[in-house]
Amino acid sequence: MECVFGLVGNGFAIVVADTSAVHSILVHKSNEDKIMFLDSHKLIAASGEPGDRVQFTEYIQKNVALYQFRNGIPLTTAAAANFTRGELATALRKNPYSVNILLAGYDKETGPSLYYIDYIATLHKLEKGAFGYGSYFSLSMMDRHFHSGMSVEEAIDLVDKCILEIRSRLVVAPPNFVIKIVDKDGAREYAWRESVKDTPASA
Amino acid sequence: MKLDTSGLESFPSLILHGNDVAGEISAPPSFDLPNSNDFDGFLKEAIQMVKPAKGTTTLAFIFKEGVMVAADSRASMGGYISSQSVKKIIEINPYMLGTMAGGAADCQFWHRNLGIKCRLHELANKRRISVTGASKLLANILYSYRGMGLSVGTMIAGWDETGPGLYYVDSEGGRLKGTRFSVGSGSPYAYGVLDSGYKYDMSIEEASELARRAIYHATFRDGASGGVASVYYVGPTGWKKLSGDDVGELHYHYNPVTPSTTVEQEMVDAAAA
Repeated sequence: MECVFGLVGNGFAIVVADTSAVHSILVHKSNEDKIMFLDSHKLIAASGEPGDRVQFTEYIQKNVALYQFRNGIPLTTAAAANFTRGELATALRKNPYSVNILLAGYDKETGPSLYYIDYIATLHKLEKGAFGYGSYFSLSMMDRHFHSGMSVEEAIDLVDKCILEIRSRLVVAPPNFVIKIVDKDGAREYAWRESVKDTPASA
Repeated sequence: MKLDTSGLESFPSLILHGNDVAGEISAPPSFDLPNSNDFDGFLKEAIQMVKPAKGTTTLAFIFKEGVMVAADSRASMGGYISSQSVKKIIEINPYMLGTMAGGAADCQFWHRNLGIKCRLHELANKRRISVTGASKLLANILYSYRGMGLSVGTMIAGWDETGPGLYYVDSEGGRLKGTRFSVGSGSPYAYGVLDSGYKYDMSIEEASELARRAIYHATFRDGASGGVASVYYVGPTGWKKLSGDDVGELHYHYNPVTPSTTVEQEMVDAAAA
């Protein structure tokens, strides 16, 4: 089952997602990147049905880019989150998307923020959030060890604790995770936590 | 709906009164049945749920020299084998191949349609479409028909300006970029052989042998796969069919029958009555 979780620290926000693409009992791929760069300072981590996940997040990404082209300035994280929620809500009673999203971003004026948007268009601004079976383990871990204004090292330590707990306690635990971070210097990949390495395509 | 199993009770209810421990041990066995009218159907469904659908075995992988694509050729309708000679590797254009798993008509039609769109792209843009682009076109089409009953599990393999490309696209709307895929009911069996034998630095002969072997092993164990194991190679100059071997013959090729000098059982004439 897909595990996505994230938290806000001192001047940064971190999101973590598993990287398995699964079809019933088969694992098709264990290095599928589920955290997309929405723009230079925003990350969108999505979990849900494969088609919906990619199509919906790409749709949001292109619309956010369009806004920037039209208006010359990028959207704030709050605006992007509310736009995403609006799109989910509009589609909900006709053709719902089964995607759960954690949107993390950094704004110059307001600093880092994390938004929890679930598949029925619930929107919450939070300091820590999680989706999937992994949330049963990571939420309590984060509740116990989180405090406002954590440093990057403390936050990564907490993330590793959560990953360890998921790996040891979840029956169908995903083997690999990707960690991405967003701060004043932009959104970037921080690290991978791999326990099963795919044979690389090229040397 | 809890079925009334009181008819199955074989001892009188008097025994149940009295001390708790004894009561529990001697209580008649009962269990909650699932909430359905058709229990046998439910059981069958539960087993079918885990088994990958789409009776076939197809596989493709990227290696140093290009892409290797292989498939079986059996078509089955439930327990009936309707054909042993189905072409499951579809030639989209001279440098791109698609594999067929799921509904034959769906796969053939949409691959043909994809070929048309790729050609239109070439004419409009004066350059060949990339494998990324072609797979995205197909994925978007399949996504728009989601929930309407299309059954397509395909791999798009090709060679473009960036080198070899392989994508898995299915009718649920999923699209995955990867280096090794297998699709169909025989895919778990094929994955086992493919994963353990795979090395990026293989020659074309080694890779085609690996592909053929993986298909053979899948057809051996999976009832819905069989017929002929076809192997295609996609390189910088386009695709080329390498081999098409009957899996029955492959079985004896891999497991030769050695005539044994010692006889297990010897038949002797029965003693005259």
